[in-house]
Parts: sequence; structure tokens; C-alpha cells
Amino acid sequence: MIAQAAADSINVAQNVGFGIIAAGMIFAALCVVTTSNVVHAALWLVLVLAGVAAQYILAAAEFVAVSQVLVYVGAVMVLFLFGIMLTRAQIGPEKGLNNRGWAAGIPVAVVLLGLLSWAILDAFEDTTLPDRGPTTTSRISDDVLHPYLVPFLAISFILLAAAIGAMVLARKD
Amino acid sequence: MTGVLAIDPLLFGELKWMPLVIVALKVLVIFVVGLVGTMFMVWFERKVIAGMQNRIGPNKAGPFGILQTLADGVKLFFKEDLLPDRADRFVFRLAPFLAFVPAFLVWAVLPLGGDYRDGNRGLVEWFGHATRVQLADPPVGILLVLALSSIAVYGIMLAGWSSGSKYPLLGAVRATAQMVSYEAALGLSLAAVLLTSGSLSTVGIVGTQDSLSNWNVVATGVVPFVIFVIAATAELNRPPFDLVEAEQELVGGFNTEYSSLRFALFFLAEFMNTITMSGVIVTLFLGGPQPLAIGDWTADIPLVGNGLEGTIWFLLKLLLFLYIYVWFRATLPRLRYDQLMDLGWKVLIPISLGWFLLLAALRLGRDEDWNVWLVAGVSVAGLLVAAVVMFGAMKVSGRNRQQGAVY
Repeated sequence: MIAQAAADSINVAQNVGFGIIAAGMIFAALCVVTTSNVVHAALWLVLVLAGVAAQYILAAAEFVAVSQVLVYVGAVMVLFLFGIMLTRAQIGPEKGLNNRGWAAGIPVAVVLLGLLSWAILDAFEDTTLPDRGPTTTSRISDDVLHPYLVPFLAISFILLAAAIGAMVLARKD
Repeated sequence: MTGVLAIDPLLFGELKWMPLVIVALKVLVIFVVGLVGTMFMVWFERKVIAGMQNRIGPNKAGPFGILQTLADGVKLFFKEDLLPDRADRFVFRLAPFLAFVPAFLVWAVLPLGGDYRDGNRGLVEWFGHATRVQLADPPVGILLVLALSSIAVYGIMLAGWSSGSKYPLLGAVRATAQMVSYEAALGLSLAAVLLTSGSLSTVGIVGTQDSLSNWNVVATGVVPFVIFVIAATAELNRPPFDLVEAEQELVGGFNTEYSSLRFALFFLAEFMNTITMSGVIVTLFLGGPQPLAIGDWTADIPLVGNGLEGTIWFLLKLLLFLYIYVWFRATLPRLRYDQLMDLGWKVLIPISLGWFLLLAALRLGRDEDWNVWLVAGVSVAGLLVAAVVMFGAMKVSGRNRQQGAVY
């Protein structure tokens, strides 16, 4: 099977790596929702996000991978943990962490999975990606600052508005 | 796929034994030199501070007390390893490594030597293979440094939380707030360097700094350099930004509950971070292994080849920064917490952002052949207006706060 796959110019090593990392990510993601310790849940989430970065490296997208680590692992999750520590820093398991409607999440997750898989399978079918080098940072910046400049600015503006909105809401009480 | 993980010419082509051995040797050398260098750094710091305070400092173990750190280390090995009752066991054990490993990993992307003269991009010949005196040169090199320094936050934060007592927790909360705040200023002053160098890879950044006027400390106009050094000191939690472990207030901060080997790991990580951060500053602003060159004149160290000379230059510049950090510690009193936050958010971030915009405008003006003075004048005027608006806003909000109004 492996020989056949290699003959079809499928990168076997990358696919095996993808499988292993993906399995680890799924396990960590399950732990995020089942653990009864908030800080542990956040740490499992860090593992999931780091796994995403690893997948980016497998896809030869170094810049995106490092950005993922910088933004999600380095900033977002640190703020999560910071918030937890400021409010409820107790050690050991807690009760009542589960939302009562947690079962409703399952169909949503299944539908989302189906939608994403369908979209990806429909778009790519069984094309193999060309075996090219990594996307250079300068190409990404050229793309962001030329054809995608307007969407980029729009997203930045929305984020800025959200940040200011959060501050205004927090200060009113 | 040759270019994915490193563009060191050593790693091109088929997998052979010799390149593998060379890479393994590099790893070993970096590891050993890193550890020994940290030992030396602890001794150096104690000795220099002692000199500044009219004391003798360590002088019993070995010549000039140079083995004092080794003795302390051995002592720590044999101490009892305590694990507090209320600690979160796994995280408590994990935290020291999270602090220690990133400090080491940064070394992988720093050029520690090599020949950068005459457009020679740091290549040296080892055992018949062209290679670099650096473990890896990923195209996103300097971002990796930032990412690792943001991972190092976890070590301190989790150590404080998992100890299960209040002083470490307070220390950890302070540390996180401080490191997150100063990372922004650090990144913005770094952006100025990247703008001038036009490359993210450390080799590229070092390669452009081939004479004193091209060293980024001069080329970016000193301001980003000063901001970077201040922000880096805050990232390292070193005095005057050592609120994290302020002995007078927090016993020992995040590491209060740690003892024995785990404490030694934190201690090592702290000093190793000082060395790595100095290495990063040298690479970014002082040309790394590049020799001092003014115009056509190059300071040449006699008797050693160009490859080794790079390492000597790197070490000299590194020592300068290590001394400066010790000097900071011996001279400056600790900041108050509100002063710390004001300095970070209201001074360093706006100045570094403004300076970055100014550099970008000048760069654009040069590329488009506009009048330099006109571009500079217009940008400075724009920045002044922005500064006036910002200070006005700060004044208003400060007055409102004093009157007890909620915004």
C-alpha cells in the first residue's frame, strides 16, 4: 500500500506524521472538555493549538506555524490562564463545570465536521499537492498587501472595534 | 523539501553520516557551552556586583571563586526535594522544564560565529562540508525567538499557580502581566530591525550589518535598540523589573515552594535567559559575528582565521551585554507596579510604534525617490499630532479617574 502511495507521488512520511499528530490533537481536545480542572483544560487546549502549528509545519507553512504559536499559544492562552488565575485559582477538581445543555453540542459538532469534510473533499477531490518548498514570508506579505489588502484591513478594523467594545463594556459596570 | 527546516548547505542533498555527525556535534557543543556559560555567568554576576558594592564576592572555591556555582549546584542536588501538599503534582513538576527548555532552544537560531565578510554568508568549512556556526537557520528565525520567549511565560505562570500558595500565585500573576505587556514593545522595536534588514532569518539580519553604519543600532536610529533592551530586561524579570520575585514583598515569588533540583532549573533558566537575550540583542543590533568595521577599515584580530574570528567578536559583544545587565542590577532601584505598567503601555509601546512608522515612511520615500526632508518633516509632524492627541486623552482619563467618574 505504501509503495503504491509513493508511486502515486503521495508524500507518505507527511501523511503518517499528520495521522499521529491528529490523533494526539483529538485526544487532547477530548481532554479539554472532560477534565474537571479549569487550568488543566486550558493546558490541554494549548496542546491542541500546538498540534495545529505542527500540522502547518508538515504542510511547509512555517510562517503560519510560528504565527500560530505566537498568537494562540503565546498570547491567547496566556490571557486565558491569566484570567483564570485572577478569578478562581483553586487547585484540584471542581464541580458544576459542565453546561446543562452540553449534549446539544454533539449534533452541532457532527454537522460542522460533515460540512468541513464535504467542503474540503469537494474542492480538492484526490489531487496531490505539488512537492514544492515552503511558502516564503515575502510571498505571504505580498499577497496580504496586494490582492487581499481590503479584506485584511476590514478584519483588522473589526478586531479593533471588538477590542474597544470590550473595554467600553468592561468599564461601564 | 530541502528548504523546509533549514537552509544550511550542510543539510541539502542525500542523508549521509558526516553531516549528521556535524549536526550532533553542534547540538552537544551548544548544550555544554550553554550550561558552562551559565555557570560562569552566575559567578561573573556575583563577582561584578561585589566589586560595585565594595565587597570581595565568592573567593573560596577554586581560583577567584570561579567554582562557586558548581559547589552551589552540587549542594542543591543533595537537598531534599519538597512537593507541597496542596500542589498540583504534574504541573508542579512540569513547570521548571517549561522555563528551562525554551531558554536553550533559542540558541539554535543564533549565529554564533562564521565568516560574514565580503558577502560570505556565514559559511565555514568543517570536515570538508560547508556549514554555518549555528544549529539551524529557518527562514522565520527571529519569529521563533519571539515564540519561544512567549512559551517561557508558561513556566513561571504554571509554577506560581501549581504551588498552591498565595505568594507564588501573586508572583506568577505579576510575571504574566509584565511579560505580556512588554512583549508588545519588544515586538514593535524588533519590527524596526526587520524593516531595515528586510529578512526574518538571523543569517539575513546579520548579513546586512557589514559595517558600523549598517549595524542596526545605528541604522534604525538607536531608539528601537534602547526600547528593545528595556523590554528585554522586563521580559527576563531582571532588576529593575524584578517585581516577580521581589524578596521584600513576595518571599521568593513564583519559585517560593521550589527546592533542590527543580529550583536549580529555574535558577539556571533565569541566568541562561539573560545570556540568550544578550545573544539576541547582539544578533539583532550589533551585527552578531560581524567584525567592527568603519568605512573601509576593519578591525582584524591577528592570528585567527575569519571563521573563528566571528565567534570571538560574538563573545566580546555578548560579554558587553552581560556586563550591562549586571550593571543595571547593581544600579537601578526596582520600579513600582504602576510605574512598570505606565512605562510599558504609555511610553515604550507608543514610541516604538511611532518610530516604526517613521522608519517605514522614510523607507518608502527612499524607494519612491521623494524628497527626504519633506518626507521626514511630514511624518514627524503627523507623529507629533498623534502624540498630542494621545497625551490629551491620557490627561482627560487621568482627571476623570481622580474625580471618581466612571469614564
